[in-house]
Amino acid sequence: MTEAIPAQHLVWKPPRLIERAWLRWVILGAIILYLWLALGSIDVNWTRVSEGLVRAARLFAGFLQPDFTTRWRDIQQGLIESLTMTVCATVFGLVLALPIGLGAARNVAPLWLYGLCRAFIALARAFQEIIVAILFVAMFGFGTFAGFLTLSLSTIGFLSKLIADDIEEIDPAQVEAIRATGGGFWQVMDYAVSPQIGPRFVGLTAYKVDINFRESSVIGIVGAGGIGATLNTALDRYEFDSAAAILLIIIGIVMICEYGSGWIRKAMA
Amino acid sequence: MAIVIGSDGARHWTLLTPGEQRWRWFGWLVLAALTVFCWRIMTADTIWAFVADAPTQAADIFGRMLPPRWSYIDQLWGAIWDTINIATLGTLIAIGLATPLAFLAARNTTPSVLFLRPVALFAIVASRSINALIWGLLLVAVLGPGVLAGIFAIALRSIGFIGKLLYEAIEEIDETQVEAIRATGAGQMQVIGYGIWPQILPAFATICVFRWDINIRESTVLGLVGAGGLGLALEGSLNTLAWPQVSLILLIILVTVILSEWITAQVRRMII
Repeated sequence: MTEAIPAQHLVWKPPRLIERAWLRWVILGAIILYLWLALGSIDVNWTRVSEGLVRAARLFAGFLQPDFTTRWRDIQQGLIESLTMTVCATVFGLVLALPIGLGAARNVAPLWLYGLCRAFIALARAFQEIIVAILFVAMFGFGTFAGFLTLSLSTIGFLSKLIADDIEEIDPAQVEAIRATGGGFWQVMDYAVSPQIGPRFVGLTAYKVDINFRESSVIGIVGAGGIGATLNTALDRYEFDSAAAILLIIIGIVMICEYGSGWIRKAMA
Repeated sequence: MAIVIGSDGARHWTLLTPGEQRWRWFGWLVLAALTVFCWRIMTADTIWAFVADAPTQAADIFGRMLPPRWSYIDQLWGAIWDTINIATLGTLIAIGLATPLAFLAARNTTPSVLFLRPVALFAIVASRSINALIWGLLLVAVLGPGVLAGIFAIALRSIGFIGKLLYEAIEEIDETQVEAIRATGAGQMQVIGYGIWPQILPAFATICVFRWDINIRESTVLGLVGAGGLGLALEGSLNTLAWPQVSLILLIILVTVILSEWITAQVRRMII
């Protein structure tokens, strides 16, 4: 028999994520133990940090008064390298990503080609750009060419995977329809597949331009050309006002790329 | 446009008009010209002899890389531990800072649309537009080389990512639940705790785990600029041309990344 319970005794508690109490405590204990061990393994050199605060102040001052002029030639060189690298790598990556993406789509490619292309895509995506850049610099020498290859490889990995996934999800009715009219492979591609994936694909490419510029600003650190090398040098020389100028330029271009690619994606969606 | 959305909302297939076709060709032409132009500038300083020599170099490097020096792993355990710590602690700090920032940035929870929202959005955009390696470079210059600089580099980079995705999740919540809680006379914190938080919790957990996975990848290379972890060992091995060690480190990075991906997939399956 239920009795009327005074209202103030009815306290609602949200349901627990983990029902079993002991498991909850074990997980909590493990997390605390991990944090304790992890925080203990950081050794902080406080004198170095206090020196660093002076540098931080100078860096901050650099942002208020960025120096674009002293190193302008280096900055210009780096920017041109980064931008040309981005454009070339995106276009080359795109051109190569199309056939590989087609080959990696199970509904248009035979099994052996599918396996081959998927393996290549997995390989191209496995390592970060910076590691790939190290290897390419070792093979091709310092400079933009190594950077171009790095970005191309990552573009192929990115775009062909997305193309392949997109093609696998297309509406098969349209493919059937074109095939029923007696259309050959290329006609099926042209009239049934590409209209379905085209718009999203342009958007993805625009997005990749944005990513490629971001990456081109760091792979210079390992010698693959671009604005990253200029930034690295500026920081090595403790020229914080030049470094601030470079960072402001990078942020500006990244924002232009981001809004531009966002705009294209909206227009294409 | 090749596909036109009609008045009934259905998508219709239309042929391009000759004018549209001409514009498209013009667009492609401009793109091709731009590429050729960029290619010429980019390759102006390229030494083609090095490029031609690359297959030999590649064969040489991979020849030196094999077999990996397995015994070197004894010196790497510390670096692996550091890498995981950089990613995890960096993500935790980022979560702590990004969550309030997201509530300030979301249109429906910000205390002031005019002043606080633009500031929060600026912080989010600024954090996102600088790569973790560049944050690493800056922080190593400020804090000195080591794990601490790595943790903060990861944290500063992740704030923008977590903040952006989280504030978008907050803006998409169902307002009726918030209304309901508010109607009971709840204060702002209670509205957040009982009306908003339960709605965004799954998105929040997914975002955090996803970012942790990305951070594991990024923390493996942060050491290249001196910020601790596996990258530091990689840099050391590269500088001494110890290719068998390089190949071992690359293998370990690969295993770490695959493991973190697996963990992420498991956690996401648990949450959703």
